Amino acid sequence: MTNAPIQNPAPTFDCRVAFAETLIELAKADERIVAVCNDSVGSSNLVGFQKLFPERLVNVGIAEQNMVGVGAGLANAGFIPFVCGAGPFLTGRALEQIKVDVAYNGFPVVLCGMSPGMAYGELGPTHHSIEDLSWLRAIDGLGIVVPADPAQTIAAVHWAAKSATPCYIRVGRTKVPAVTPEGAEAFAFGRADVLRRGADVSVVATGAMVSRALAAADVLAEQGLNTRVINVSTVKPLDEATIIAAARETGAIVTVEEAAIEGGLGAAVAETVVRNAPVPMRILGVTSFAPTGTAAFLFDHFGLNRDGIVAAALELKSR
Amino acid sequence: MGLAPAVNAKAGLAPPLPTTMDPAERAQSLKAQATLIRRSVVEMIGRAGLGHIGGDFSVSDILTTLFFSVLRVDPTAPNAPLRDRFILSKGHCAAALYSTLAMRGFFPVAELKTFIEPLSRLNGHPNRRKVSGVEANTGPLGHGLPIGVGTAIGARLAKADWRAFVVLGDGELQEGSNWEAAMCAGHQGLDNLVAVVDRNRLQQGARTEDTNRLEPLGDRWRAFGWDVVTCDGHDHAALYEAFTAPHPGKPRCVIANTIKGKGVSFIEDRVEWHHKVPTQEQIELALKELV
Repeated sequence: MTNAPIQNPAPTFDCRVAFAETLIELAKADERIVAVCNDSVGSSNLVGFQKLFPERLVNVGIAEQNMVGVGAGLANAGFIPFVCGAGPFLTGRALEQIKVDVAYNGFPVVLCGMSPGMAYGELGPTHHSIEDLSWLRAIDGLGIVVPADPAQTIAAVHWAAKSATPCYIRVGRTKVPAVTPEGAEAFAFGRADVLRRGADVSVVATGAMVSRALAAADVLAEQGLNTRVINVSTVKPLDEATIIAAARETGAIVTVEEAAIEGGLGAAVAETVVRNAPVPMRILGVTSFAPTGTAAFLFDHFGLNRDGIVAAALELKSR
Repeated sequence: MGLAPAVNAKAGLAPPLPTTMDPAERAQSLKAQATLIRRSVVEMIGRAGLGHIGGDFSVSDILTTLFFSVLRVDPTAPNAPLRDRFILSKGHCAAALYSTLAMRGFFPVAELKTFIEPLSRLNGHPNRRKVSGVEANTGPLGHGLPIGVGTAIGARLAKADWRAFVVLGDGELQEGSNWEAAMCAGHQGLDNLVAVVDRNRLQQGARTEDTNRLEPLGDRWRAFGWDVVTCDGHDHAALYEAFTAPHPGKPRCVIANTIKGKGVSFIEDRVEWHHKVPTQEQIELALKELV
């Protein structure tokens, strides 16, 4: 099987655009909204925000530890800080600040991991944020949100601005098609969405992997497998009821994420499944420091594509 | 939505010792208060069998001066939006902070007896979600100043006149995050921010200058754009002046020269008393000196 380009592909979107537009819209209505960044005005898509609200864009320079601490201080002062930095540096460099200054303090800081996963492709593993889900899942009280498309991004940013608790949002750079069904509520914190019903196998995906899971479900349907596709846009807290139902009703689960396989979405699903309804699983994700290549190349390299998901589902069902 | 304060939002936001007080009288009153705080620390650590007595004693006069004569905070409204923000970055000196907060009225003095007991609110490092008057949870070093910088930026954005005070250990300045924050505060010209360095010259294992040199410390802060004042960290009048004199256009760093273990002869300036626990006999000797 190959990943031949499909005809008339659906339009795709950079979720940073939806993020930036939503942040501006919120900031117009609420002067408590501030953005904090680490010299990432451009890469965090904050140029428009800076033009409209120069004082409310706090650029601390290339200093992520200070950036997160400043965010916590602004929350203490009554503001709603969106702390924006490239995912790898925000989460890796400032991990203790995220744990202590934000989560342990309980300050409602919105941590925005820009261009997460392997979006920075050829820049290499230093610039990939594949460990973020694992690291941050272990931190008590920190919500983890991974929007799959612009509609989810918009809704998640609206939710985060009102949240009384801290959270981390992955804001994707990798272009994604819309996956939110028309007319549906795009996002609710803590809710996983069943995008396609099926009783033979479940594919549980997050972020840029959701559209690939839907494509895999089409292929699997041709082969007689009715595949349930679940979009987990809140990785923590996990929507356990939806996952348990999938385990009980389909008997097999493939998870797929643009993240390290240790401790991320797959691990979260496995922890729930093993406690409540043990079923065979396959966990697809990033399994090593990436070789050189574009994000698209690296998705294929790690089998994080339609055919990789199909193969995992077929293998699981053939046991 | 906005940040506009409620009418009379400043009611109650004043230190117990009025700003109009005679300086000598104020200093005398603060000295007596600091002695009570040190006595409390000895009793807490003796009872608990754990604590950081050396640093608690070096910072006691700084905490006393701030909470009893400088900070505009209100124990009956600990989250008043226009309060001054105080952050103890050297969070291991929680016993001194708890004693200060209790005597300032944030919680009952009797509760100090529960220090680090199982399920006590008074953990070995302060927790804002449990203890009234704590602005930020600290413990790992190098966290207080960035948070203080954020609060000071917030005050400026809100066009409010409250100030932020952060007390740092000197050994703590070996953490790089402090200098990220110092650079940012200098660049931003945060003249509503005061960093106080408890310069007792000892860290856990040895003298700071033998471990990872801090001097020339004042020059280092000045190079980062700070207004620097050096004073005797046990002289309440000097501390008061350093905390209250204006510093337009720049954040202020007060390098408070202190003695680790100040107040008890056999504890003073001895590295082993970083977190040594006094025996019952030593507690009695210490309390005899702390009068």
